[in-house]
Amino acid sequence: MAGAEGDDSLYPIAVLIDELRNEDVQLRLNSIKKLSTIALALGVERTRTELLPFLTDTIYDEDEVLLALAEQLGSFTVLVGGPEFVHCLLPPLESLATVEETVVRDKAVESLRKISQEHSPVDLEVHFVPLVKRLASGDWFTSRTSACGLFGVCYPRVSIMTHTFESTLITAVMHFRTLCSDDTPMVRRAASSKLGEFAKVLELDYVKSDIIPLFTALASDEQDSVRLLAVEAGVSIAALLPQEDLEDLVMPTLRQAAEDKSWRVRYMVADKFSELQKAVGPEITKNDLVPAFQNLLKDCEAEVRTAAANKVKVFCESLPEDSRETIIMTHILPCVKELVSDTNQHVKSALASVIMGLSTILGKDNTVEHLLPLFLVQLKDEYPEVRLNIISNLDCVNEVIGIRQLSQSLLPAIVELAEDAKWRVRLAIIEYMPLLAGQLGVEFFDEKLNSLCMAWLIDHVYAIREAATCNLMKLVEKFGAEWAQNTIVPKVLGMANDSNYLHRMTTLFCINALSEVCGQEITTKHMLPVVLKMSTDQVANVRFNVARCLQKIGPVLDSSALQAEVKPVLEKLATDQDMDVKYFALEAISGMYLFNLPTYIFSETFSFSSILFFFFSFSLSP
Amino acid sequence: TSAAAPPVTSQTCQTLHDSLFQSMDLDRGTWIDSAFLSLRFSELDTRKINNSFLRDHSYATEADIISTVEFNSTGELLATGDKGGRVVVFQREQESKNQPHRRGEYNVYSTFQSHEPEFDYLKSLEIEEKINKIRWLPQQNAAYFLLSTNDKTVKLWKISERDKRPEGYNLKDEEGRIRDPTTITSLRVPVLRPMDLMVEATPRRIFSNAHTYHINSISVNSDYETYMSTDDLRINLWNLEITNRSFNIVDIKPANMEELTEVITAAEFHPNQCNTFVYSSSKGSIRLCDMRTSALCDNHSKLFEEPEDPSNRSFFSEIISSISDVKFSHSGRYLMTRDYLTVKVWDINMESRPLETYQVHDYLRSKLCSLYENDFIFDKFECVWNGTDSVLMTGSYNNFFRMFDRNTKRDVTLEASRENSKPRAILKPRKVCVGGKRRKDEISVDSLDFSKKILHTAWHPNENIIAVAATNNLYIFQDKVN
Repeated sequence: MAGAEGDDSLYPIAVLIDELRNEDVQLRLNSIKKLSTIALALGVERTRTELLPFLTDTIYDEDEVLLALAEQLGSFTVLVGGPEFVHCLLPPLESLATVEETVVRDKAVESLRKISQEHSPVDLEVHFVPLVKRLASGDWFTSRTSACGLFGVCYPRVSIMTHTFESTLITAVMHFRTLCSDDTPMVRRAASSKLGEFAKVLELDYVKSDIIPLFTALASDEQDSVRLLAVEAGVSIAALLPQEDLEDLVMPTLRQAAEDKSWRVRYMVADKFSELQKAVGPEITKNDLVPAFQNLLKDCEAEVRTAAANKVKVFCESLPEDSRETIIMTHILPCVKELVSDTNQHVKSALASVIMGLSTILGKDNTVEHLLPLFLVQLKDEYPEVRLNIISNLDCVNEVIGIRQLSQSLLPAIVELAEDAKWRVRLAIIEYMPLLAGQLGVEFFDEKLNSLCMAWLIDHVYAIREAATCNLMKLVEKFGAEWAQNTIVPKVLGMANDSNYLHRMTTLFCINALSEVCGQEITTKHMLPVVLKMSTDQVANVRFNVARCLQKIGPVLDSSALQAEVKPVLEKLATDQDMDVKYFALEAISGMYLFNLPTYIFSETFSFSSILFFFFSFSLSP
Repeated sequence: TSAAAPPVTSQTCQTLHDSLFQSMDLDRGTWIDSAFLSLRFSELDTRKINNSFLRDHSYATEADIISTVEFNSTGELLATGDKGGRVVVFQREQESKNQPHRRGEYNVYSTFQSHEPEFDYLKSLEIEEKINKIRWLPQQNAAYFLLSTNDKTVKLWKISERDKRPEGYNLKDEEGRIRDPTTITSLRVPVLRPMDLMVEATPRRIFSNAHTYHINSISVNSDYETYMSTDDLRINLWNLEITNRSFNIVDIKPANMEELTEVITAAEFHPNQCNTFVYSSSKGSIRLCDMRTSALCDNHSKLFEEPEDPSNRSFFSEIISSISDVKFSHSGRYLMTRDYLTVKVWDINMESRPLETYQVHDYLRSKLCSLYENDFIFDKFECVWNGTDSVLMTGSYNNFFRMFDRNTKRDVTLEASRENSKPRAILKPRKVCVGGKRRKDEISVDSLDFSKKILHTAWHPNENIIAVAATNNLYIFQDKVN
C-alpha cells in the first residue's frame, strides 16, 4: 500500500490527509467524512499507531467536524484490524465524549455503544469498563453525563461472560447511584434519562432492590428538570415489573408526578400518558389513570391541558373494551366538554385535532347525541386553527354518521375560513376542498362551494391562486370531465377577457392543470381557441405563458389541431419582439417536435439572468 | 458554525496575549488597612491595554469605558466588557513557589471583540456594540464559557487553551513550499507537537432576534440548561443549546403603550432553585416568580415593595426609587436591590418591607434637582454581595465606592483612583463632608466629580478580592494576607 513507487493513487489520499487540518471547515469536514479511505490507504497498523493518536487530540475543531468524526469512529472496527484491536478506538471517542457540545457527546456515546458490541468480554473488562469508570468519575460533568449512557451496554456482557458476575454488577449499580446523586443537575438529568434503559439490562431483583430507590429519588429531585425526566424512566420501569409489584413500587411515585407542583412535570406525564397506560395495564388504568387523566385535562396550566387533550383519542382507544364506553361517557366526556370552551386556543386546537376520532369509538348514537354538539361548537370557534382541525378530520365522522349531519354548520365555517385574512389559513382550507367535495357530494358542492373555489382563482396572493388551480384539477378528477365542462370550464375561460393580466394568466395556468383530466375533446374544442386567441395579448408575460401552455397541452391535442392551429401560432410567437416570448415559443416548438429546427436557433443562448429580469419587470407593471 | 462576529484568530490572540503580558505594569502590592476590609491594591489599566493594542490613539475614548465586570464561579477568571464591544478576560496568577506574593494578581488572559456595531434596516435603528452584561457559565470541561450581551443579541463564547499543533504535510514541506506530487512515495500522518500556550475565543452560539427593547440583564439558571434575557418589557427563557427559539415568560407590555407606567430594570435567577427568579421594576418593586406554577409568569408569586413615606414625597420620588440592580445572596435567602440613594436587603420571606436599608450617598438628596438636570439621576448603579453574604458593595460618584458590613453595621467609603491609591499604598477611607466645617481629608459635596462614577463592581465568589470599574480603569483590590 503505502510506499508504492510512483503510485498515482497516493496523491488523492495525501490531499485528504492534508485537508484534515485545512483552514476551511468544509474541506476538513470532507476529509473526516472520508476517514475510512484514509485509514484504508494507511493500513491497519498505521491507522492504529499514527492516525488514531492524531485524532484523539483533534478535539479543538468545529462541532460539525467532531460530530462527523464521532460518527465515523463508530464503524472503524475493521479499519483498525477487527475486533481484536477495537479497543484502539476508545481514546479518541473518550475525548469526544467530554466535549461541551451535546450532539457531539451523544454521537460519541452512540459510537462507543456500537463498538462495545465488538469487544470480546475480556477486552470489555480490560479496556471498556475502566473507560466507563473514568468517565463516571471525571472532573467535569460533560464526561459524567456521557458515562450515564454506557452502563446499559457494557455491563450485561461483562457480567454474563466472566466469573465476576456479582461484583461487576454491584460496581455498576454503585457507579450509577453516584451519578444519580451528582452535584450538577446536568448529570442527574442524564442519569434520569438513562435509568429506564439501565433497568432493562438488569435482572428483575436488581431492578426492585436498586433501581426503584434511584427512581424514587430522581422523581423527587429538587430540580423539576430532573423530575420530569424520571417520568419517562418510570414508564420504562413499569413495563419491566410484574403487575403485582407495580402498585407498591412505582405507582406512588407516578401518582405524585401527575400531581407535581411543577407544570413541566405534569406536562411530561400527560405527554407520556399512552406509554404509561400501556405499561401499567388495564386494572391500574381503570383505577388510577382515569382519575389522573381527568385531572390533567382540568389542569390549571394550559400547556398541560394541551398535552392531555392531544392524548384523548389514544387514551380512550386503549381503554379496556369491557368498560370503555362507560368510562368515556362518565369520566372523560365531561372533561372534554369543558375543554371545548377552554380559554386557551392551543388547548382547543389540540382537542379539535383528535375529538373527531372519538366518534368511531363511541358509535353512531353517542356521536349524534354527545359529540355532534361539540363538533358544532368547535366549528364556530373564534380561532381558525380549531375550525381547520375539525374540518381536516371530517372523514372519521363521515364513516360513523355521515357528514350531512354537520353540513349546516360546516358551510359557514368553511366560508369564513375561505375568506380569512391570513393567506395561510385560506391555503389550508383549499387543501381540504377535494376531501370535502368527496364527502359532501356534487350537488351540495355546486350549490355552496363552487363559487368559493372560483373566487380563490382571483385571490391577490399567488400561492392561493396556484393552490386553487391545483384544487380545480382534483375536483375534476373526482366529479368527472362532464361536470367540469358545465361548471368550471366556462368560468375559467371567461377570465381570459379579464382586464387584469394576472387573471388572464390564471386562465392559462388552469388550462395547464385541467387539460389532461378534461380530455382531448374539451381541450381541443373549448380551451384551445381561447389559448390561441390570447397569443396576441399585449402583455408579454401572457404571450410567453401561451407558448408554455401550448407546449403543456400539446400531448392532449390531436396532431391535426397541432399542425393546423398550434404550429402557426407558435411560429408567430417565435418571431415575437420580446426575447422571452421567443424563447418559450422555440422551446415549445422543439418540445413538440413540430418540425426540424435549424441549428442556429440553439446557438443563440439566452442567459438565465435576463429571463429573470424580464419576469420581474413585467410582473411589476400592471 | 460561523458567527457574525469575527472569531479572534489564534494568531492575533497569541500576539495580543504575549505583548500584553510583557508590557503590563504589574505592581506588587504592599499591605494596607482600611476600615474593616484590608485590601491589597493592584491595578490593571485597561486604557493602556486598549490603547496600545487595540486602538491607535493615546487617550481614553468612549469605547474604552468599562460597562460590566464579572468573576467566574471559582474566581480564577474575571471578565470585563466595554462600550466598544470588547471583552477582556483576566486570569489569576497561579501560586508558584518562586513568587508566592504574586498569587492573586490578575493578568490578561484573552481579549476579543464580542459585539460589533450594527444597523437594523427594518427599524432604522443603530445597535450599539456596548456590552451590557457578562455572565459566566458553570465550567463543564477544560474550556471556559461566558455569555455576553449588547442591547439586542446574546452571544455564547468559548475560551479555550491550546498547547499542541499538528506538524507535517504531504503536499508541502515545512516551509510551506509545494512538493512535486510525483515525488510523493509515502503518506505522512500529521503529528501533534507541543507549542506555546495559546488562548482562543470562539463564538459558539448567537441568540438574536428575540428582543424588541434593550436587553438589561442576562442570568444563567442553576439547572445549567437555560438562561434568561431581560429587556425593558419582557423576559425570555432560552435553552443554552438552542438559538432559534426562546420562550417568553414575562411580558408587561400593555396593549396600549400610552398606559405604560413601569419597565423591567433587572432580573436574576435564584442561585439554586431552578424554578425561581426575580425581576425589579422602575417603580421600586421586586417580583418573584415561580416557573413551576405556569408557563407564563406574568402573575408573580411574591411582590416585595416598601410602602412609600408620604412625608418624603417629591417630584423625584419615583425616579430615585427605580431599582437599578437586583441580586440574590449566595445562599438564596436574601435579595439586595440598589436604587439611586440606597441599597436594601430583603428577606425572601418578608415582602412588606426591606430587612435592612443602607444609605449610599444620602448627601445627594439635596442635590437631586441639578442631578436631574444633568441626567445623572438616571445612572444605573449595580451592587454585589461578598462571598459570605455579610458585606455589600456598590458604587457612587467621584470614583467612590461603598461597603456595608451587615453584622457590625459599619460602612466605609473607598476611592478607586490612580492619584490617591498608589499600588502598595494604603487604601484610605474617604469622607464626604455635609455642610458645616470641612475637616482635613474630607471632601465637600460640591466638589464631587459626577463624571467619575463607579457603576460596576464585582466580588470574588469566596475570597476578599474585588474588582472595581472606574470609567476606563479596572482596579483590583485584595484583602490583606498576613
